[in-house]
Amino acid sequence: MTFRYYPGCTLKTKARKLDETARRCAAALGAELVEPADWQCCGAVYPMAKDEIAPKLSAVRALADAKAQGQELVTLCAACHNVLKRTNLDMANDEHTRDAANRYLQLPEAYSGETTVLHYLELLRDRIGWDAIRAKVTHPLTGRKIGAYYGCLLLRPAREMQMDDAENPTIIEDFLRAIGAEPVVYAMRNECCGAYVTMEDRAAAKARVEAILQNAQACGCEELTTACPLCLYNLRENGGALKVTYFTELLAQALGLEAAE
Amino acid sequence: MQRIGVFVCHCGTNIAATVDVAQVAETLGKEPGVVLATDYPYMCSQSGQDMIENAIREQKLTGVVICSCSPRMHEATFRKTVARAGLNPYLLEIANVREQCSWVHKDREEATQKAIILGRAAIAKVTLNAPLVAGESPVVKRALVIGGGIAGIQTALDIADAGFEVDIVEKEATIGGKMAQLDKTFPTLDCAACILTPKMVDAAQHEKINILSYSEVEAVGGFVGSFRVKIRRKARYVDETKCTGCGLCTEKCPQKAVPNPFNLGLDTRRAIAIPFAQAVPKVAYIDPNYCTMLKTGKCGVCSKVCTVGAIDYKQQDTLEEREYGAIVAATGYRPISLEKYGEYAYGQSPDVVTSLELERLMNAAGPTGGTLLRPSDRTHPKTIVFVQCVGSRCEEDGRGKPYCSKICCMYTAKHAMLIREKYPDTEVYVFYIDVRTPGKNFDEFYRRAVEEYGVHYITGQVGKIVPENGKLLVQGSDLLAGMQPKIAADLVVLAAAIEPDPSARSLATLLTASMDTNDFFTEAHPKLRPVESPTAGVFLSGACQGPKDIPETVAQAGAAAAKVIGLLSRDHIVCNPCVATPNEQMCNGCSSCEKVCPYGAITYADKEFRMPDRTTALRRVAQVNPAVCQGCGACTVACPSGAMDLLGFSNKQIMAEVDAICR
Repeated sequence: MTFRYYPGCTLKTKARKLDETARRCAAALGAELVEPADWQCCGAVYPMAKDEIAPKLSAVRALADAKAQGQELVTLCAACHNVLKRTNLDMANDEHTRDAANRYLQLPEAYSGETTVLHYLELLRDRIGWDAIRAKVTHPLTGRKIGAYYGCLLLRPAREMQMDDAENPTIIEDFLRAIGAEPVVYAMRNECCGAYVTMEDRAAAKARVEAILQNAQACGCEELTTACPLCLYNLRENGGALKVTYFTELLAQALGLEAAE
Repeated sequence: MQRIGVFVCHCGTNIAATVDVAQVAETLGKEPGVVLATDYPYMCSQSGQDMIENAIREQKLTGVVICSCSPRMHEATFRKTVARAGLNPYLLEIANVREQCSWVHKDREEATQKAIILGRAAIAKVTLNAPLVAGESPVVKRALVIGGGIAGIQTALDIADAGFEVDIVEKEATIGGKMAQLDKTFPTLDCAACILTPKMVDAAQHEKINILSYSEVEAVGGFVGSFRVKIRRKARYVDETKCTGCGLCTEKCPQKAVPNPFNLGLDTRRAIAIPFAQAVPKVAYIDPNYCTMLKTGKCGVCSKVCTVGAIDYKQQDTLEEREYGAIVAATGYRPISLEKYGEYAYGQSPDVVTSLELERLMNAAGPTGGTLLRPSDRTHPKTIVFVQCVGSRCEEDGRGKPYCSKICCMYTAKHAMLIREKYPDTEVYVFYIDVRTPGKNFDEFYRRAVEEYGVHYITGQVGKIVPENGKLLVQGSDLLAGMQPKIAADLVVLAAAIEPDPSARSLATLLTASMDTNDFFTEAHPKLRPVESPTAGVFLSGACQGPKDIPETVAQAGAAAAKVIGLLSRDHIVCNPCVATPNEQMCNGCSSCEKVCPYGAITYADKEFRMPDRTTALRRVAQVNPAVCQGCGACTVACPSGAMDLLGFSNKQIMAEVDAICR
């Protein structure tokens, strides 16, 4: 299985650990991730204005590249995934965006949303499968009570992201079970961590994170795991009550690629 | 030679103000076959009708065209007029020059021209009309009511009181339905059981009512007046004729961990049970999913303690077939599943309950004996939050319903008021989108909750409920204050939307009764025939037709009963003669018509035909049951060989009308 892989800027700077472990795990699970040579920043925030074409162009370029290679496009950062997936839907369904972007980019072949965008979690669930992962686990995380922290971007808007039920998600819990950990369900797992607000109003972001951590602890979580670099940043910098790791780090531990701390 | 009379009505000024009626009469009088054309201020008045009658007799008319209001208004009136003069009533045509002409046009000249064209089309059609005679079919004087809730019970009682036999088929082990589970009823706060159980007993004791509990309708055949219905009587493993309802078995059964469906699983009962103290029939039944004897063959305690030998582990389902003249659907409703509402933490915390569960938690016969205790730790909740419209008035997101469930505003006000009355130290909050309380004494009731009982009503919805350390942190929005209140509640009550009982869907198929997109039964006319299904002989009672409260349900149940009584009191039904009729020579047996018929009126038969080469061939041809056909015409357009025609609306007649309009 070979996939196009879009890491995004954060994974090259703050979230190197996420990128690194994800690549090693994919290789161990038999999925080859090929990073295009010339990807650009996705813009990080999906532009809500209908006529804003320019911020979507680099996403379209990555999508069209995957189409040209005939491969599915795997993303990892929750923000990149959100932008790429939604831009892809625009290219498929919104005539205005499609026309303007194609005219602007002058691609060898017009792009209209043909690429399948997969989040790394979807790659694990839908392409590799929990059972196949379970079979490869050498160091199961037995006894570790881990809470999945989804945040908001990964699953929403649910109608467009179509990864999981936004109010009752199970994908990370299923993942945790596959690697032998004990998932702990807590209500705040799909609430916002404060995201970019932390730059302007740190107290507001702190209040969000504290509510999340308090609920997670009350429900018996001993550590948290997340797929989003910004969530991890906020949970660590504005909280600190619980250990937070990327889900790919846990996977690497379970596959015996990295020792548990 | 045709002798057609044309009568143009002024309808006061309704028609005459916009249409030059005299000119219409004069122009139509020149049409071929027309021997008389006249106008009159009110054709439907006694003198107008007399005029028509006399004209038919004197002019020996062979067809009548009346240019007036919609046939929905006065077709029946004028058919009788024509019949009184000795002319077949189907030799009458009405040209609608009011609703479809004078009321919708302003220009007198154009409206007059249109009225003439409409009249011309009617003349063209009536020239081809053939006399039709309505057939008759016999009526079995017994009704079937499907569903034994308050709707079904009331319908059955009203029909039985009129002297007709009624069978109630109820899928549960007792009649009573949802109302039996309720605590108090709005707006008078009388106890539900106190007003329902006497009716259940009346039904059981009524000599004309036969209750088939723990039974389901399996097949429906026949048509209005003579339905043949197969009913499955599920095995209760207890002989209904022997059981005295003493309840000894339900105390001695060693299987104690059966979730009690009557209390919505909030407590447990035994594998053999009587649903509740006032059940009708008061007969025990065994749940085969839990009974040790039925599962492993070892136990038999109930059989040993039963003093009358009523237990029968070998009992099997039986099928009964009975005939009915009319069928009433009264299958009711249920709250929707809240599985998908993860943000409200239903299923995560036992202290998030539905309103129906709260009814049981407040009921003296419920799991807490009527003391309001929260399920998790059986303590008294001090702060209670009600969330309204959970799944009602939802966008189509696959979780909720687009409609208003109608009863939630009132029962939430009721709950809030009862709690404040009984436990004044409790703070009660209600989050709502709108408060909808039309109905007699309803708005006064809601205002009492706010003004006298101090219930905190907050305009806005709840976004998240977080169970934490024994509390439920409710985060909502207060749209009036522009704030996001956070309330630490002990108990949260969700007003779940209501939906039709799932049994309605399969029943609709059996009855060939139509449903709307939400699986509520559709009525024959939303305003003028609200308790009849479009399928003849099938009537609707209660919430299976749409969300409704108890007073409305009882009113509709009585209305449905009145319609049934009207049908059963006749020995024969006059059928509509405008039914589909196949030309067997042209029919190729393709089944297209059978597939589109919404009433199940078309069947196929193998018939012998004399072929051109003098051999005899067996051919499969369509047959229409005229008692079932409603004359909708779907088959006539579906038929690829043009073999199906609608009497009174034949393809030839329609084409003649179109030709006359285009002339």
